[in-house]
Amino acid sequence: MAAKASRAAFGEALLELGAKDERIVTLDADLAKSTMTMGFAKKYPERAFDLGIAESGMIGVAAGLALTGHVPFACSFACFLVGRFETIRVSVAYTDAPVKLVGTHVGVAIGEDGYTQMGLEDVACLRSLPNIPIVQPADEIETRQAVAYAVEHAGPIYLRLTRQNLEPVHDAAYRFQFGKADVLRSGHDVSILATGGPVWNALEAARRLADEGIQAEVINVATIKPLDEETILRSASRTGHVVTVEDHSIHGGLGSAVAEMLGEVMPTPLKRIGVTTFGESGDYKGLYAKHGLDAVGIAGAVRKFLNR
Amino acid sequence: MANPDVAQLESIAREGRVQIIRMLTHAGSGHPGGSLSVIDLLTTLFFHRMRYDPKQPRWEDRDRFILSKGHCVPAQYFCMAKAGFFPMDRLITLRKLGSPLQGHPDRVALPGIEAATGSLGQGISVSVGMALGLKLSGKGARVYCVLGDGETQEGQVWESLMSAPKLGAPNHHLDNLCVILDYNGIQLDGFVKKILDLEPLTDKIKAFGWAVLEINGHDIAQVDKALDQAEATKGGPTFIVAHTIKGKGVSFMENDPEWHGKAPKPEEALRAIAEIAGTPAPAWVAPIVAEISAMVKK
Repeated sequence: MAAKASRAAFGEALLELGAKDERIVTLDADLAKSTMTMGFAKKYPERAFDLGIAESGMIGVAAGLALTGHVPFACSFACFLVGRFETIRVSVAYTDAPVKLVGTHVGVAIGEDGYTQMGLEDVACLRSLPNIPIVQPADEIETRQAVAYAVEHAGPIYLRLTRQNLEPVHDAAYRFQFGKADVLRSGHDVSILATGGPVWNALEAARRLADEGIQAEVINVATIKPLDEETILRSASRTGHVVTVEDHSIHGGLGSAVAEMLGEVMPTPLKRIGVTTFGESGDYKGLYAKHGLDAVGIAGAVRKFLNR
Repeated sequence: MANPDVAQLESIAREGRVQIIRMLTHAGSGHPGGSLSVIDLLTTLFFHRMRYDPKQPRWEDRDRFILSKGHCVPAQYFCMAKAGFFPMDRLITLRKLGSPLQGHPDRVALPGIEAATGSLGQGISVSVGMALGLKLSGKGARVYCVLGDGETQEGQVWESLMSAPKLGAPNHHLDNLCVILDYNGIQLDGFVKKILDLEPLTDKIKAFGWAVLEINGHDIAQVDKALDQAEATKGGPTFIVAHTIKGKGVSFMENDPEWHGKAPKPEEALRAIAEIAGTPAPAWVAPIVAEISAMVKK
């Protein structure tokens, strides 16, 4: 399977699902070409609504559609979508309107557009709401299945998708399970929990570490909320060392969720890799290197963590 | 729709005003001014206009009611109790721990509430989405949204005002949507005109592509006629500017920003109820007066 952006896989999946399920509608805020709902909009113009650059209104309209029996996908860049947190908080979450929130262009990986377009706080915000699960698929096959799951999920849900292409980390037999983390590589020295864009990099880092005799377990945490405590605890109890990797602020994302859980259940030495500053313009690879999210950075952090 | 029995609706609204005062007095907090300004609009909607079944709050073909100005929900709770969604004696649990009658509307806690509101500016967007959703499903149900004037300062309101007249075109125009503005002229901090004036409001909303009607929001016959006109208007949504008086029916509350968000003390409640009920007071007033008098003695 070739590398593909999860937003592209989302757009394709939606097109297929839309053929079978007339309840599916899309809402965009002038970014349909970027969130990749444009294919759906062209095929099903009566079920695709571009609300203009008015994200709060879009989210409210999505709630109304959800409450009248439709399955609305409300899509924008993660920062703009979750930036309208108050509307998500009341009209979607508290109302319990089964809106499918789709935030694309997450993390520093979007590159050249710079910080204002980067979704870096979306997970932190949405984790604070009691009833919105957060799913961030790591490759094309997982994205397609996560989108199909989102349609069937009874309540609201958030999908976090990338602009950049993602190298496959699963084979064709993979089956996404909501709420389950999947072990991509076994190891007994350290547990690397990664989500989204950097998952493949974590695997690559594990390959490099193996050459040095460090056996890293790599776990793809696609469902950030609710966290798969069982899989994480099983791994952490074996390795005794946990590293989290995410293209998101280090505050409030996967690393925080894992820290909170481990702190309460089984205190375990933990290293969080994520974004600690505002983002900036630059090429994707350069930004990943700068923020320690590439294989070299992850391997280096793991090495340092184990040798501390 | 058949002409309303105005005297009967006025009598329900009078009962609503008394119950609003009663609820807020028990709660010790809440928003009397806007609840009293909106009650005639809600009475007309609930008891002469909307199709719904209190025994089946999720009936698919029901008309939808969204109180975008969610802080005035005591008025809606009264209407719902009167209509049979829940027993009237539950009204005094307003704002109490464990009550489904939350300080602001809670869809999950109370069947019959269509959306959580109270974070201002959002209810109108949800209403637009519901109107679109009903059209897409081929349902004939209508959506009624009551908006506050202070609320209309929210940017999200204007997003909806911009989108609703065009959304769904060409096959699903939102002529099933009716937004009613409770234009009482007062918000928490003072007079709307002084804080952030909406005028020239009618011109603005017309320019956005809505059919706009202007009425006296306390004249039930006028309210009903406007709702008739809205229902007859095809090709797009209707916006009714209902001029109202904040605190309507209680002389010491009328047109006073102080009574936006302050509950009456029991002594004040008794004065308010006596004024609303008039003389001779209807029979149902006496037990309420006794109940609140007991609170004075405490």
